[in-house]
Amino acid sequence: MPACIDQELLLGALIDGELDAANIAMVEAHVACCEGCREELERLHAIRNLLSADGVRHAAPDTLVNRIAALPELAPKAANENRLPAWLAPALGGAVAASLAMVTLLPVGASSVVDQELVSSHVRSLQPGHLTDVQTTNQHIVKPWFNGRIDFSPPVPELADQGFPLAGGRLDSINGKTVAAIVYHRRLHTVNLYVWPAEAASKRDFVRDGFAVREWTRNGLRFAAVSDIPPVELEQFETQFVRRAG
Amino acid sequence: MNRTAPVTRGALDFRRLILPHLDGAYNLARYLTRDPVLSEDVVQDAVLRAFRAFGQFRGASPRAWLFSIVRNCCRTAQARGSAGLSLVISESSIGEENAKDLSRQPDPRPNPEEEASRQSDIAWVRCAIEAIPEPFREAVVLRDLEDLSYAEIAEATGAPIGTIMSRLSRGRAMLAKELLPPAAAAAGQSRSVK
Repeated sequence: MPACIDQELLLGALIDGELDAANIAMVEAHVACCEGCREELERLHAIRNLLSADGVRHAAPDTLVNRIAALPELAPKAANENRLPAWLAPALGGAVAASLAMVTLLPVGASSVVDQELVSSHVRSLQPGHLTDVQTTNQHIVKPWFNGRIDFSPPVPELADQGFPLAGGRLDSINGKTVAAIVYHRRLHTVNLYVWPAEAASKRDFVRDGFAVREWTRNGLRFAAVSDIPPVELEQFETQFVRRAG
Repeated sequence: MNRTAPVTRGALDFRRLILPHLDGAYNLARYLTRDPVLSEDVVQDAVLRAFRAFGQFRGASPRAWLFSIVRNCCRTAQARGSAGLSLVISESSIGEENAKDLSRQPDPRPNPEEEASRQSDIAWVRCAIEAIPEPFREAVVLRDLEDLSYAEIAEATGAPIGTIMSRLSRGRAMLAKELLPPAAAAAGQSRSVK
């Protein structure tokens, strides 16, 4: 039975707590004797419950929080600190950016930052709703999905017959750069493979916070696989991926 | 010293009043643009704009004010990103079904194979929200996810409260059709929407 058209907006306002006492009394009296409006009210509550489930609302990613915290304009200033003239502020910002750039160019500092971000990103991706932007087991959907979103084209081989079925892909951010993340499964585990353009660099593998990480470079792209599977299985993943990706 | 004090206070107030709403700003941008990467850029841009204009802020709700800047930045970014592709959907000139189809075009629903492999209810609910056309989606996100009052939504969007109420009602009706079992949504379907 349909709800009464003249009550529709009032029902919404009722569950939103936007009615005054007189209108609440009026709508409630109507709902008590109108089946259609009672059902509509139940639907509105059901929708409200679905939408308020944890995780439906997106939280600002750490990369964004860090970017905003790093904005020179917003840096906290001690009350007694001498403020710089306005014309100097951009120059200062430039200087801060330059010194940051120098830090990231230092190989040791940079790689430990990247290592930590790879692992953090992997952990974050395992939260509900974060793993994939394009969710499919079909490599011919994942590969073109990256087109136009990033300016390089990562290989997306199918490895299901090797025990690593493709789960999907998403964009992620590592060390301030947008990277492709290709997601494979291993039994009940997840392998995140991050890909970004980079100079040739040596292979690395290590375990951090209990997560195995393997990095390699091929055809101008850096690959970093992160997972909680045993390191020996991740090595197997690398071997199969490199073989299939050509 | 006295002259510079208000500026310093401005920065501190900004951090205290505006920055706590970063999650909300991102959530709004995320549902308006449906693009995680673009959303981060939009929010950073909006925060900077808000900071520069903070001296002029006189409204009742800092959050609604920030959100109004975020939605403007979303518009700008999307117009820049897909000139010619964007469709302005007028609520009165288009039926609910058509509007829904139009909004789906740039962001097609997953095919049945993907549908089957969709793992969580959350992805399903998010997807349903993303599928409803813009003025309705915005109202639902601001009210049901961000918990803004009607007055704050009016402040953020510049729309009259009556319009907001009808957008909410229609947005929720579309979600009910998508998310609730057919029996529960059936009554809603037979009802004609003005």
